Amino acid sequence: MTQINKNAKQLLAPIVSNKRVGQYHQIIINIGDVAVNCKPGNFVAISVGGDSSRMVLRRAFAISRVSTSTTVGGTMELIVAPHGQGSKWLCQQGEGVILDLVAPLGTAFGIPTEPVPVLLVGGGYGSAPLFGLAELLNARGCRVDMLLGASTGSKIYAPMEGKRSVNSMRIYTEDGSMGTAGRVTDPIPEIIKDLNVAVIYSCGPMPMLAAITKISNQLDVVHQCAVEESMACGIGICMTCVLPVENEDGAISNLRSCIDGPVMDGSKVQWDRVGEQL
Amino acid sequence: MGSSGGAAMSTIDFSTTIGNAWFPAPTFTASGCASSGRELAQFFPLRDMGGVVTKSVMSKVRAGRPTPRMAETPSGMLNSIGLQGPGIDAFLAKDVPYLVEQKARIIVSIAGETIEEYSTLARKLRAVSGISAIEVNISCPNVENRGLVFACDPEASRRVIDGVRRTIGGELPIIAKLSPDVTDLVSIAKGVVDSGADGLALINTVLGMVINVDTMRPHLGGKTGGLSGPAIRPIAVRAVYQVHAALPQVPIIGMGGIASGKDALEMILAGASGVSIGTASFGNPTAIMSIQSELKQLLMDRGFNSLKQAVGYAHRPTEGE
Repeated sequence: MTQINKNAKQLLAPIVSNKRVGQYHQIIINIGDVAVNCKPGNFVAISVGGDSSRMVLRRAFAISRVSTSTTVGGTMELIVAPHGQGSKWLCQQGEGVILDLVAPLGTAFGIPTEPVPVLLVGGGYGSAPLFGLAELLNARGCRVDMLLGASTGSKIYAPMEGKRSVNSMRIYTEDGSMGTAGRVTDPIPEIIKDLNVAVIYSCGPMPMLAAITKISNQLDVVHQCAVEESMACGIGICMTCVLPVENEDGAISNLRSCIDGPVMDGSKVQWDRVGEQL
Repeated sequence: MGSSGGAAMSTIDFSTTIGNAWFPAPTFTASGCASSGRELAQFFPLRDMGGVVTKSVMSKVRAGRPTPRMAETPSGMLNSIGLQGPGIDAFLAKDVPYLVEQKARIIVSIAGETIEEYSTLARKLRAVSGISAIEVNISCPNVENRGLVFACDPEASRRVIDGVRRTIGGELPIIAKLSPDVTDLVSIAKGVVDSGADGLALINTVLGMVINVDTMRPHLGGKTGGLSGPAIRPIAVRAVYQVHAALPQVPIIGMGGIASGKDALEMILAGASGVSIGTASFGNPTAIMSIQSELKQLLMDRGFNSLKQAVGYAHRPTEGE
């Protein structure tokens, strides 16, 4: 067994900047050398609420990208939606605030050894880590196409510079307020056939990941998805974030999405059995 | 401790004993809150704490309860894991050798659905080297049938411990993990000690529930869960205090919401010979290390020469009596 949490470090890291971008906050944190080990798909677990907080658990956030060449040293970028108490607290913290964080955690997206065509699918702010991934895939010589979807236009996260590493970017909203009206999964079968897509990378809500798996299974395309399950610890000790996943010998067991994920092989996740007694 | 208080001492005997098991520090993981230790090893050497109490293991592979398994609550959390685990054979093949290799001191926690299952598990542990003690978890709240929470039934508690004691003989110390969800904790504690328990682990989580006001149904897949974290600390301190008062010679590992050295000291003063850290590790992987060093400092600040002097110190007679 490879060592669990192999590159994870706990550190006190200052916020470099915190900007509101539409419905989300872009938070940049100085993490020094730790940035070198952060890969697209990895996440960070952050203490929230300060010392006297009644929130005893860390919050997990996908690392949307890292930079190792800025003037302040290594940094990580998070795209955070102020939904719950913890993320609201984080979004209120300004430049210079010191965060207690553990990173990098979890599995990363696998990069193909050959320059094959790939499709990236993001739902809501789940799209954030896909832009860093796109850069990596682009550097590998892959043709990268991207689909972004959300219920409404204000929930689409698509930074301008994100378009640089992709061949095409199409946006779908269920209410038609931005891009094409419809679900982000609608055009996938056609794109797979037209572009001869070899790998789909996805990040977003679980029903979207389940729907993509159905398509990727039918068309025999590899599907690497970053799952979302509520976590208490993020480091594999609490056993709360499990998903039913098929292993090599066909047996289904509850795997931890913090250690065996968040990036998982979509075809192995038993989407119909999530929340069931195994 | 009178006159020596405040005098800075550079050393203190920080060790503790449970039955014949000796630990260099009184700090342990709490069963079910550290898996089998591997996950924490990235953050500190496992041998640097008193010992690893492994996640309660059963005879067979167990999938556990459905998700959602967790709900954060004010200063605490509910969990509903349901003893997911690899089963005793895989545990002994993979996890114990790993911990031995790390030079960690090991307390193996076992859980069963029947009295016989506990004895079967004890039989498998009898010949395993490298284990310091067995924790017999008779109080996991996350089982389908509340009737299976042996620790809520004095007679069933006694029979489980008696079966384990007979199976493993007199060598390995037995620690019975009890539930606070009972009317008379002291009588249950006395029962398991009479049946051969060398020590007690107090307390397991407190049974609770959260209802999701959007779905308007219980939030957890298993409906009920175990409440842990600082929210239950006063319950734990009370439980340790009451049991220590009744059974002052019986070592107790105190747990329930310990998140700082001060919290740990409170538990020691109430009568615990050691402390387990659970939920605090979820929020902070190095919590055990900081609690350990803070506790040591607090004991020295108060003039104690050893941890043992502080155990149950809150029970001392009022001056002048």
